[in-house]
Order: sequence, then structure tokens, then C-alpha cells
Amino acid sequence: MAYRWKNDLSRADITPKSAYLNRRQILAGTVGLGAIGLAGGAQAQDALEPNTLEEIRSYNNFYEFGTGKEDPALNAHNLDTSNWTVKVDGFVDNPGDYAMDDLLAGLSVEDRLYRFRCVEAWSMVVPWNGIELADILNKVGVQSSAKYVAFETVVQPENMIGVQRRVLDFPYVEGLRLDEAMHPLTIMATGIYDEPLAKQNGAPMRLVVPWKYGFKSIKSIVRITLTDEEPPISWNKANRREYGFYSNVNPTVDHPRWSQASERVIGGGLFASRQDTLMFNGYPEVASLYEGMDLSVDF
Amino acid sequence: MQIVDTVNQYLRKIPTWTIYIVGGAWVVWMFYLAATNQMGPEPINALERKYGELGLKLIVLGLAVTPLRKWTGLNLMKFRRAIGVTAFFVVLAHFTVWALLDVGTFGRIWTETVKRLYVTVGMASFVMMIPLAVTSNNLSIRKLGGAAWRKLHKLTYPVAIFAVVHYLWLVKGFQIEPIVYAIIVGVLLASRVRRPKFAST
Repeated sequence: MAYRWKNDLSRADITPKSAYLNRRQILAGTVGLGAIGLAGGAQAQDALEPNTLEEIRSYNNFYEFGTGKEDPALNAHNLDTSNWTVKVDGFVDNPGDYAMDDLLAGLSVEDRLYRFRCVEAWSMVVPWNGIELADILNKVGVQSSAKYVAFETVVQPENMIGVQRRVLDFPYVEGLRLDEAMHPLTIMATGIYDEPLAKQNGAPMRLVVPWKYGFKSIKSIVRITLTDEEPPISWNKANRREYGFYSNVNPTVDHPRWSQASERVIGGGLFASRQDTLMFNGYPEVASLYEGMDLSVDF
Repeated sequence: MQIVDTVNQYLRKIPTWTIYIVGGAWVVWMFYLAATNQMGPEPINALERKYGELGLKLIVLGLAVTPLRKWTGLNLMKFRRAIGVTAFFVVLAHFTVWALLDVGTFGRIWTETVKRLYVTVGMASFVMMIPLAVTSNNLSIRKLGGAAWRKLHKLTYPVAIFAVVHYLWLVKGFQIEPIVYAIIVGVLLASRVRRPKFAST
């Protein structure tokens, strides 16, 4: 079932590796303007320029490694990703503890250039490499009583300063409705820019749900559970009023702390202005999942 | 307290304008780092935080002058005005970055201030600092008279409380730093509560 969703941008639209690795240096000289123009073939219709790998790796929320944006890049090297095992349980035909390679064996890794919108009203554009979550779920066999998918992040207290400080009630947990999980946009990412995920980005595998706020895209997953009840999610547990189960990107529903009408695009520098946030983060194809729902109630 | 006396002697030699120069230079230096992409991929929020944090530190330091002298003998009294006025300018820089570079438009400044309580209390703290900064000169003390001036400058207490609440409200999850500031401000304010004295007539 791979390749069900088609990028409106192709691989050729992604900034060449040589350019993104050196963008800073190139930008320092005026020559850079020409190089960026080259990558902008598709910009006429849709200006989606991916962030540099450096930006993607240095500005992160991963509270297990601290609350500052630069903390995960400083502390995540402590994460032990060797012999990564994922527990699959609940309403599945083939439950068990899967070595990551076994779980993903035979499934296609695709390139997905997605907008990534944080609930804190900043955004990036990330060239992910990942597997459609539906492929993984079909592989383990979803039973008909399953209605939701729950995910859990690894907890390694001795390696995680944020866990020691009890910033949240760890392990970090997230969840999706089954139809959201099976949507072709939803992927299990294993890489960025054709390189394995950096630890601060959620190595070795993390969820990416591009039409939802970033905290839904749970990192460093060690457990996938198919359930028949809406699973608890960490930020909702921490603050019920502020974070809903769905947390779809929605410029018309304000968060108590941040206006969601606009966002700051990372990489624009000190004088860049905000850009308008798009409904479902610019993925209108998911709207049918929520037909008949009041999204200001189920926010 | 030999050490404190020595420190006080040295402090006496430092002119108060040093505070303004160092504070101003720091604000400019941070702005330079942010403008030249040396403050991470999202310099606006980073700069906002740098200014906000120093502003709060200076407010706390200003509040600490009297208790420090009482408890340790350390005398920073002659710097207190400079600390307070510098705190105001740093908070002004914090506000300016937020208003002009982050939020951007007057409409958004208004809605953010009205809708988001942590912004509301931050703004209240800033606004209360304005009369303090304006009257931080000898002429104002003479015009207002010592008693009225001192009364007005008690506004420093709500300024500090609102600044700490602003910080507490703004962070997500359980974080240590704002709680530490809240405790320090709590102790500094508690030290000012006059204990009822037994009549000594």
C-alpha cells in the first residue's frame, strides 16, 4: 500500500545536499542567491523550501532531554538506540516484541517533503524518509475491534535529564484514531535528507502526522498498541484545557498561549515576518476524516 | 566581616554609570548575535528570552539590595537606581522585540495582550515600571517629596510579582527556573514585611 500519497514536490525540488550543508556559508556571500534560485523551480506555485539539516537538528522539542530548544541537540547523544525493540500489542493478529529491522523489513521507505507545524507557532519544512504507518499496521494485522493506535516513547532515566527532572509524566504517550493512523500522509519516519534520524529528531523511528501539531508526532517509539478506547496523550494529561486529543493544525482555533493564526518559519532570521497558518497545515485532503465534527470542541 | 568590608571598599570606587554601560553593551551585543544568525535557528524567540531573563534578574537584584545589606552587610545601595533603570531598559528591549519582531502588528499586540494572561501580566509589570523609570532622578524625589516618592516606588513589589507570574505561566510542563525565581522574590518580599513590634513606650 505504499506510494498512496503523492508529493506535489519531487526530489528535484529538494535543495541539493551540497547546498544545504553549506547554505550558511553560501548565504554569507551574495553568490548564494543564485544557488537558492536554482532549487526554487517549484516555488512559483508552492514555496516549500526545506530547512537545512543543521536547523532541523538544532531546534527541537524533546522534553526527555530538557526544555530548551537547544537541549535535545546537546543531550540526546546519551540515548541508547542499539538493539531497538518495538512492542506491538492490543488488537493485532501478530503481537510481540519486534526488532526494528524485522518490523520494517520489506516495507518501502519513501521521501516525504512535509510542512511541520509546532503548537508553539513555529514551523519548518522537513524532507523525511519514512514508511507509511498503514503498511506497518497491516503487516502486524489490525483486528476489527481496534479503533485507536497508542504510541509510547522510550524511557531511559539515566540517559534523560528531563525524565530525571519530571518535566512531564513520562513515558511520553501519544495516539491517533485508526483512520488517522491509516491515512497515507501518516508515516513512521526513519530518516531526514537520506540520513538516519538524529537522536534529537527521534531516532531510530518516530511518527510524522503533518496535519497535526508537532507534539503528536511522537519520537523514539518503543510501543504501538491497538486499542478500542481513545488513549491518553501526554500533553493533554499535563494540561487538559490547552491540548486536545486531535490537535489538528487549525488557524481558527486559538491555543490559550499562542495564537494559531500565524507562524514563524524557522530559518528566516531576526527580521522575518510571520506567515499565515493553513488549515490542516495545508493538507486539505484530511478534512473528510473530521466531517460532522466541531473542531473547536474536538480541538 | 572582613571580606564584606573589602568588597564594599572596592564597590565604592566603581562609578554607578558602569551599570548602564555594561547593561547597554550587553543588550546591543545580544541583538548583534541574533541579527547575524548566531543565536540558533530561531533568533527572535531566543533574543526575547535573553532580554526577558536579564530583565527579571535585574528586578530581583534591585529588590535584593536592602535585604543583602541587612543580612550580609554588602552595600549595593548606591547602585540601586542604576540597577532599576537598567532593568527598565532591558525589559523595554524585551517588549520591543516581542512587539515589533515577534508579534509584528498593532492588531496582534492588542489581541495577544487581552487574550493571553501571561502576556497581560507581563505587560502590566512593564507598564508599572514606566513611572518608576521616569521618576528615578533627584529632581523627581524633590518634587514628589520623599514620602510620596517612596510610596510610588513600592510599585517595585507588584512589578516583581507580575514578572515572576509571567514567567511561571509562560513555561510548559514542570520547570525549575521560574519556581526558583518565585521563591527568591517571595523571600525578598517577605523580608520587607514588618513584624509587629511590642510597644516600647
